[in-house]
Amino acid sequence: MSKQSQHWEKTRGLLFVTLAIWFVFSIGIFFFGAEMEASSFRPFGYPLSYYMTCQGSLGIFVILIFWFAGRQEKIDEEFGYTEREDD
Amino acid sequence: MIKGKFIDNLPKVYGIYTGGFLGFIILMAIAEQAGVSAKAIGIAFVAFTVGIYAIIGYLSRTLQVDAYYVAGRQVPTVFNGMATAADWMSGASFVAMAGGIYFKGYGYMALLVGWTGGYVLVASLLAPYLRKFGCYTVPDFIGTRYGGNLARLSAVLVLTVASFTYVTAQINATGTIASVALDIPFGVAVYVGLASILMCSMLGGMRAVTWTQVAQYIVLIIAYLLPVFWISNKMGAGFFPHLMLADEVARIAELEGQFGFVKNSAADLATVPKGLAGITKAHSSVNATPWAFISLAVCMMAGTASLPHVMMRYFTTPSVKSARRSVGWSLFFIFLLYSTAPMLATLSKLSLIDPNLATGIIGKSIADVQAIDWYQNWNQANLMFVSDFNGNGTLELNEFFMGGKAVVLATPEIAGLPYVISGLVAAGGMAAAMSTADGLVLAIANALSHDLYYKIIDPKAETAKRLIVARVLLVLIGFAGATIAALEIQGILGSVIWAFDFAMSGLFFPLVLGVWWKRANAQGAVAGMLLGLAAGTWYLIHVRTGGTPIWGVTQLTFGIIGSLVSLVSMVVVSLMTKAPDAKTQAMVDEVRIPSGKTVLGKQH
Repeated sequence: MSKQSQHWEKTRGLLFVTLAIWFVFSIGIFFFGAEMEASSFRPFGYPLSYYMTCQGSLGIFVILIFWFAGRQEKIDEEFGYTEREDD
Repeated sequence: MIKGKFIDNLPKVYGIYTGGFLGFIILMAIAEQAGVSAKAIGIAFVAFTVGIYAIIGYLSRTLQVDAYYVAGRQVPTVFNGMATAADWMSGASFVAMAGGIYFKGYGYMALLVGWTGGYVLVASLLAPYLRKFGCYTVPDFIGTRYGGNLARLSAVLVLTVASFTYVTAQINATGTIASVALDIPFGVAVYVGLASILMCSMLGGMRAVTWTQVAQYIVLIIAYLLPVFWISNKMGAGFFPHLMLADEVARIAELEGQFGFVKNSAADLATVPKGLAGITKAHSSVNATPWAFISLAVCMMAGTASLPHVMMRYFTTPSVKSARRSVGWSLFFIFLLYSTAPMLATLSKLSLIDPNLATGIIGKSIADVQAIDWYQNWNQANLMFVSDFNGNGTLELNEFFMGGKAVVLATPEIAGLPYVISGLVAAGGMAAAMSTADGLVLAIANALSHDLYYKIIDPKAETAKRLIVARVLLVLIGFAGATIAALEIQGILGSVIWAFDFAMSGLFFPLVLGVWWKRANAQGAVAGMLLGLAAGTWYLIHVRTGGTPIWGVTQLTFGIIGSLVSLVSMVVVSLMTKAPDAKTQAMVDEVRIPSGKTVLGKQH
């Protein structure tokens, strides 16, 4: 397998993991709104359903993007695709 | 004081700017104490900030194509994040979002989840690849990847429909704020807003818009956060509201149980001025079905990934890597405001309905409430209304009505903050609406000037001529938007949501599959764009004219129908026609490698 297709395979793998996490926190958990509200796990004292819509999911997305960017940079490095110009 | 290139000095330049703005706020506070009128302070805030944006716009003027279209591709990661956040957060986010949360609770929060979750799609599916491609506009990518003028033209069509729907709402918001702050009629204020918007973008295109948007972000985030922290501390609710309002949320639920949600009769409701609403839904409990919540969130997410004014911000970064990181910073800066909106809604609601608080009005006598200063002000502005429906002389929860904008605009005054804060909030709202309108007008004008005029009509045009056409189109589109905004056809938030659905219907799958599916070809993409847009539009009209909804899809989520039709037709047509030629396939391979030259030349 060529270097390029190996790189793309790894990139695609990372995409699936990223989208899976994204799916859980943007769609998956909201099938269980009522269950989250009744949950005894209350971050900072807020009902879990309320917390996830106000801060929880939003914050997880921020972290997820930075994590994704870091992993992708590692993959690019591994295959020598790092860009020269840096910011 | 400042040596070397502008780009190297950005932190310093914007540091001084932020310090200067804070100094201006303090100066205004002193002026207020010295007896300067509230109206003068409001005018000073709007005039001062808009003046600065205009100066930045003038200083960033350019005669180079790549500076005009993509800011020379040298906007650093974090600053591009700020510019994107300002580009993204519209007048609706700033003025109407907290109000939406206040009135609709959990069901409305789907918008918050959708408008942030979409950035994960932007970062992982699109932005880095489109940056590698090196295009100037979104149709530039579609046109080159799939080949052929028809594909390019279809992309221009979808882009124009979606962005134009959005931009009229933004010019409308600019006009609303300008008319309140400067005390001029709305019909005039719309054009004042337009003039400010064009001043920022006309001379320098994307370069000017970038640097004004950073300045606008700084104003709008200070204007949003400062009052919320102040109110929270003043009420003794906690010095860091985001982590400390659990008791307040619980107290609202307790009061809701105590008052109950009494339904008003139609005859009573007819006496309430148009646009005002009462509290009829629970503040924090789950009040929407999973499907209603998820379908709205999905539409906003896919729409985020297809709206051209956001995507084109990532064409301006120096590298693919920085495009990726820049998406993270964008969302971080957006998160700062979005996570604050629910806190503002909570503080605003509690301060109005809790009889134990000095500001609470529920349970007071109607005559007392009508005598309050701020009530009279906002009643006059047509944003507040009380009426004694049951004739007991006391204000009940169901007898109090408010406009959605009042949550942001009136809460500082209700909580007893000095007027200088209200002036600051007006400046912030203006910044939010202007920055989004700028990005959108530029996205449309660039698509028409680059893709329609240069690529299709006159490919031999010289640089100077191209840039003149781009500017003329910018002014024309701005005027068209302002003219429609002056008619006040739809509310601000409704048309914003439609824009997302239009973009999602026509562009989401053609963009994503262009990178991720090599077999996708021009015929498929054209079918996907045109049939998707047509199906979405048909469904919107179908529901608006009283047709039976399919699968519970409403007029706010019609993008689900549009994008499904788009996906199916794109895949079917692609597979029925010839695979893309070897050159196109090689181009897709090239796009997937982050390093090396862009696919399109630096200047094209």
